[in-house]
Amino acid sequence: MFPRPIESTARTTQAAYKTLLPVALLMWLAPLLAVAVFSIKPDADFTTGNYWGIPSTFEGLTNYGKVFLESDMPRYLLNSVFITVPTVIGAVALSSMTGFALGIYKFRANLWIFFMFVAGNFVPFQILMVPVRDLTLDMGLYNTKTGLVLFHIAFQTGFCTLFMRNFIRALPFALIEAARVEGVAEWRIFWYVVLPLMKPALAALSVLIFTFIWNDYFWAVVLTQGPESQPVTAGITSFNAQYRAAYHLMSAGSIVAALPPVLMFFLMQRHFIAGLTLGAVK
Amino acid sequence: MSESSLQDVRAVNGGGSWFHRNQIAITPWLFLAPGVLFFIFYVISPIFQSFNVSLYEWDGLGEAEYIGLQNYQDLYWEFVDRDAFFVSLKNNVIWLFLYLLAIPAGLMIALFLNQNVWGIRLYKSLFFFPFVISQVVVGLVFTWFYDPTFGLLNTIIGWVGLGPINVLGDERFVTYGIIAAGLWPQTAYCMILYLTGLNAVDPEQVEAGRLDGARGWKMLWHVIIPQLKPATFIAFVVTIIGALRSFDLISIMTQGGPFGSSRVLAFYMFEVALSEYGFRMGYGAAIAVVLFLIMLCFIAYFLWSMWKEERGAR
Repeated sequence: MFPRPIESTARTTQAAYKTLLPVALLMWLAPLLAVAVFSIKPDADFTTGNYWGIPSTFEGLTNYGKVFLESDMPRYLLNSVFITVPTVIGAVALSSMTGFALGIYKFRANLWIFFMFVAGNFVPFQILMVPVRDLTLDMGLYNTKTGLVLFHIAFQTGFCTLFMRNFIRALPFALIEAARVEGVAEWRIFWYVVLPLMKPALAALSVLIFTFIWNDYFWAVVLTQGPESQPVTAGITSFNAQYRAAYHLMSAGSIVAALPPVLMFFLMQRHFIAGLTLGAVK
Repeated sequence: MSESSLQDVRAVNGGGSWFHRNQIAITPWLFLAPGVLFFIFYVISPIFQSFNVSLYEWDGLGEAEYIGLQNYQDLYWEFVDRDAFFVSLKNNVIWLFLYLLAIPAGLMIALFLNQNVWGIRLYKSLFFFPFVISQVVVGLVFTWFYDPTFGLLNTIIGWVGLGPINVLGDERFVTYGIIAAGLWPQTAYCMILYLTGLNAVDPEQVEAGRLDGARGWKMLWHVIIPQLKPATFIAFVVTIIGALRSFDLISIMTQGGPFGSSRVLAFYMFEVALSEYGFRMGYGAAIAVVLFLIMLCFIAYFLWSMWKEERGAR
């Protein structure tokens, strides 16, 4: 293990390390903690200049109540759900198929198709912006959740294919050969042999794509406008424009907007990290 | 495989319809079709369309007028927007280099956290936290952090007697201020990559290094870092992509200001094509093409490394 395990060092070093840990964490998360404290402060604290002090009263319920009951926030949140969930399902479904095809079969175009997905996944969004916006307008899907979902599915299929294909590659190929020997049809091999083994990959991709799409801002701004279809990342900017300088409400709104991926991360932590670090170890 | 089972395979594949006989050749294409078509429709063909659009003068609604390379000439001579293009390009280069600091910073934090004390798993996840939240929120948080009247930054430097600085309102600091905000989640990502990498470091090699008297920096440089190569490669890829994609933070924190000094190509393109500057799709597409060509150098390098590895694996 590197660095040297702290247990094998002098007692003072150990004590120093154990005090340093929470201090470092507090410093690392200070900006976030500030927002969390802001969100439970009363309005009056900001007018009296009590920015960083202890909240004079606890107004968490009032502030969050306002966010949920007196603004478009619930609407934006719901939009985000209706954009994120179908995208996750679509992208994971498409890529488990492409990943299967590229991971199992040997044919000449295999690597080229794989590289097309990988390269497309790295492209800057701006090169797609004008044509994709145009396409969406032409299909009558501008400013709809469907328009956003369709594009997200297509784009995320790139990353998901990379992930799935590498995962399927690592499965024991003997299983597939055995099934073929038994005379199992290829699509049944996919459904009954490979798919059950892919559960960890499916879980990892789902949480990752959920986070990516929930946090997307660029495409939300390009393809939608207004509370009827915009997700919460874009909604929070209009929310903030509405409550300019109402720091306690802006903080509460931001925390609400940021929370779902955070919950997802803590609930599915192992899958999340396995997904992000795929390939970081050989 | 035994003789008889081989014959079984042949019997299965040989009998039945044409599809049955050729299913190993056909199946991959059936499985690929939806994904590939979708991807070509929404990702690959728009790239070429953008190249095409960049040769036109077009407001997004009316007739497009073919003007050849005029848009690129305008970019170069900056007839239209004074120095906006080169400021954006320069900022992109700054982003690219400074963003890479996330890699050593992530490694440092990973080394700091790679211990087995009580509660360390929770510490690791909390350190990773910034990566999970939306850049929109990160941007907002840092805007307040830098705020000249009440921001935490100015409160802190006020203690040591330094005057308030308006990071986001000062042309000299604004880009660095935004990059610092971007480094926060990016460092968290690199940290998690290295934590995973460190987990897989071969303990025998570390022991052997210790016996040879390697310690501290020497050990890190000669024994640990070479073993972290795959993690470093991924960290490099995601950081480069992240740096060139920087859009959200700039849009939230400064809208490219003050006086356009914090623009990058990604943001400038959006501004030209879709905001108050009017809908100049052709000009915007030309900027996007420049950004794409920069990215293409890196994409080519990434693919080349992957290709080498694939060949090695076979």
